[in-house]
Amino acid sequence: MASKGIKDAVAIVGMGCTRFGERWESSTDDLLLDAVGEALGAAGVQRDDVDAYWLGTLSSGQSGLTLSRPLGIDYKPVTRVENYCATGSESFRNACYAVASGAYDRVMAVGVEKLKDSGFSGLLRADPPSDGTAAELSLTAPAAFSLLDPAYTNKYGVDPGAMREAMTHVAWKNHVNGALNPKAQFRKEVTRETIDRAPKVAGRLGIFDCSGVSDGAAAALIVRAEEAYDYTDRPIFVKALSLAAGPMRGGLDPAYDFTTFPEVVRSAADAYAQAGITDPRSEISLAEVHDCFTPTEIVLMEDLGFTDRGQSWKDVLAGEFDRDGRLPVNVDGGLKSFGHPVGASGLRMLYEVWLQLRGEAGARQLAGPRLALTHNLGGRPGGCVSFVSVVGNQRG
Amino acid sequence: MSIGILAYGAYVPAYRLGRDSGLRGRRVVASFDEDATTMAVEAARGMTTEASLWWATTSPPYLDKTNAAAVHAALRLPPSVPAADLIGSVRSTFAGVRAALATGGLVVASDVRLGKPGSLDERAGGDGAAALLLGEGEAVAEVLGLASRTLELLDRWRDPRRATGEQWEERFGFEQYAGLVRDVAAELLTEAGLPEADHVVITSGNAGITKRPEVLVKGARSTVGSPIGFAGAADPLLGLAAVLDVAGPDETILVLSATDGCDGLLLRTTARLPGHRAPRPVADQVERGRDVPYPTYLSWRGLLERELPRRPEPDRPAGPPSSRAGGWKFGFAGSRCVECGFLHLPPLRVCRACSSLDAMEALSVADLTGTVATFTVDHLAFSPSPPVVDVVVDFAGGGRTTLEVADADPDALSVGSEVGLTFRRLFTAGAVHNYFWKAVVR
Repeated sequence: MASKGIKDAVAIVGMGCTRFGERWESSTDDLLLDAVGEALGAAGVQRDDVDAYWLGTLSSGQSGLTLSRPLGIDYKPVTRVENYCATGSESFRNACYAVASGAYDRVMAVGVEKLKDSGFSGLLRADPPSDGTAAELSLTAPAAFSLLDPAYTNKYGVDPGAMREAMTHVAWKNHVNGALNPKAQFRKEVTRETIDRAPKVAGRLGIFDCSGVSDGAAAALIVRAEEAYDYTDRPIFVKALSLAAGPMRGGLDPAYDFTTFPEVVRSAADAYAQAGITDPRSEISLAEVHDCFTPTEIVLMEDLGFTDRGQSWKDVLAGEFDRDGRLPVNVDGGLKSFGHPVGASGLRMLYEVWLQLRGEAGARQLAGPRLALTHNLGGRPGGCVSFVSVVGNQRG
Repeated sequence: MSIGILAYGAYVPAYRLGRDSGLRGRRVVASFDEDATTMAVEAARGMTTEASLWWATTSPPYLDKTNAAAVHAALRLPPSVPAADLIGSVRSTFAGVRAALATGGLVVASDVRLGKPGSLDERAGGDGAAALLLGEGEAVAEVLGLASRTLELLDRWRDPRRATGEQWEERFGFEQYAGLVRDVAAELLTEAGLPEADHVVITSGNAGITKRPEVLVKGARSTVGSPIGFAGAADPLLGLAAVLDVAGPDETILVLSATDGCDGLLLRTTARLPGHRAPRPVADQVERGRDVPYPTYLSWRGLLERELPRRPEPDRPAGPPSSRAGGWKFGFAGSRCVECGFLHLPPLRVCRACSSLDAMEALSVADLTGTVATFTVDHLAFSPSPPVVDVVVDFAGGGRTTLEVADADPDALSVGSEVGLTFRRLFTAGAVHNYFWKAVVR
């Protein structure tokens, strides 16, 4: 990919994130106000100091008015963005470019989703009128991602029982991590037996293999890197931002084997090039990845270059991505346990690395992290958008 | 040359009502995603005509809109072929045969027969379809004669606003029909100079007629009724198809349908028949099949409302996109790149393999088989009959797409399973039936 990147051009100087979960008591407006307020407070700035806003939401509102109305923003530019489950990351990416371009001094990226008001399970689709033939109109997200499991075991000759153990380990680990996170939707450790015995949703995926359906919001205040220390003594610098939208070839091409996301491979390679990373396994201190379903996290470890092809299930079982492993993944509980309010999730990932890189993660704080990766995916195997960011607490 | 039967076909659905419904036998029932349109497509698969398409049923999925147009589209018949519905009563089928005998063409009769729970119609009915291709050319059977009697009679009737019908006492209808059946048989045999027919098929919605057909008219070799119970408009052609499956060359077949009178068709098979029978014999289709729990069947027919997954109902298919995608939605035609051969299912304008723009030719894979690349059982998805089973299918010769599985038995599916295609109704929303293709394990 031919992206030049904006390494060290912009920095995050304030972040906010609401508690995720079934927030029956809070409206979309409430969630937005809470997340934005926390981000402004962290940076010590007022609402009217912000020059422009990017709002990400999949289905909880349309247009920039979804943010300007609850905040009462006076005639500022507010752009609503949507890119499936990578929506939150997309609002952040575009906001960063706005500062890097010099157009604005201070911008805010906001993401929100209010999923629990619908009364339905899982995500809802808002498809344009169609001929009614597309498989994704009926096939749900857990079913689409469940296709990874048999394909992976088949390709690498993995015993399905061992694969099931690896999937269970991902769920178990992310619940252990989420138990330490006061903002997580699920704050209880869950035994492996409970995970294994959960009712099936699709394929071999049970309830505990699926991310939480939740309400929540998150926000980031972004300024030019050279002014970052005017706002905070511990800013986070953006090293890389990459987005890849696939041609959706996998669903059409018998050569695609459902054991990888080509979009993730491309966006990771691009992000590493932007950030100057040559060995992600040793250079990245922690990663927040899109663990929408447990087999997704297993495949992502390979696509992001954290392990070799066909090895992820072993590394997962060996605890290499546990909080005390060689490369901690989803130390905040991930989508699995923190919850997945779609438009907010990409910014929630950044919120965790913001805390970790500043040493503010409390009981789940890692020792001396310097460089973090966030990965956010929208779509399904065979065709998706993939976002990768690299951020660090040192400039240069 | 005269017009004869060039080909025939029959379709018997996979499900049977079992003992939990109180039945002793195994009543053939269409699945939740089948109707008179989809079963007609199955019965006529592989047949084509330049002349006309006549589609007969007592259970039309639509009124006002021509159902036969969907059959026409799924069979990929030429646009110049007229397609018409013959709707409402069992006699429509013989009207189609009569019309096609004049001009040539395809007659397809198809029915989902619904009875009130516990009724004779539920017990003694059957769902299915059969097709006859008539025309000039090398026939499997020649037509020796066609005769009819008409009688206004309150034997069977149905309020158009109701799903199930009524019957007078069986013996009343029997006495009215018996003479007509004998009359029509005698007329046809006399005109043909035959003392008797080799095979006699007598079908009727009156169970007295079909209980012991041989007391009315006896065939020298066989005398049979419906192969699956009273299948409405499909009944006479299903009965004929079952006989054509087994009859030898140069044998006569007399088909008699007693409904509001009597229609009769006398045929003589040719030497071509043994080598050109329908690919799926009726008896084989009847023999296979598996039980559906009675409550599930009742919910399929809307007679019992069950709890569904907590998911929104799907949107109705929209008219303009369905028209634009007609070749795909009904004909299952993708686009193949003429530059590199990559097949796109559904069709696309830019080649996924070589990026050529608008270098595509339409190619239907409806009649091909494929192998299962991977599959899943979706317990969360909306379906009139959960769970949904989906497969990623790779077609012989290239092309991949993701489809729902019809008549699915997840335990019988594995990576590498061979599947064919079947035309089904995915769901109905806003009174629009969403027709499309599904994979089926053959």
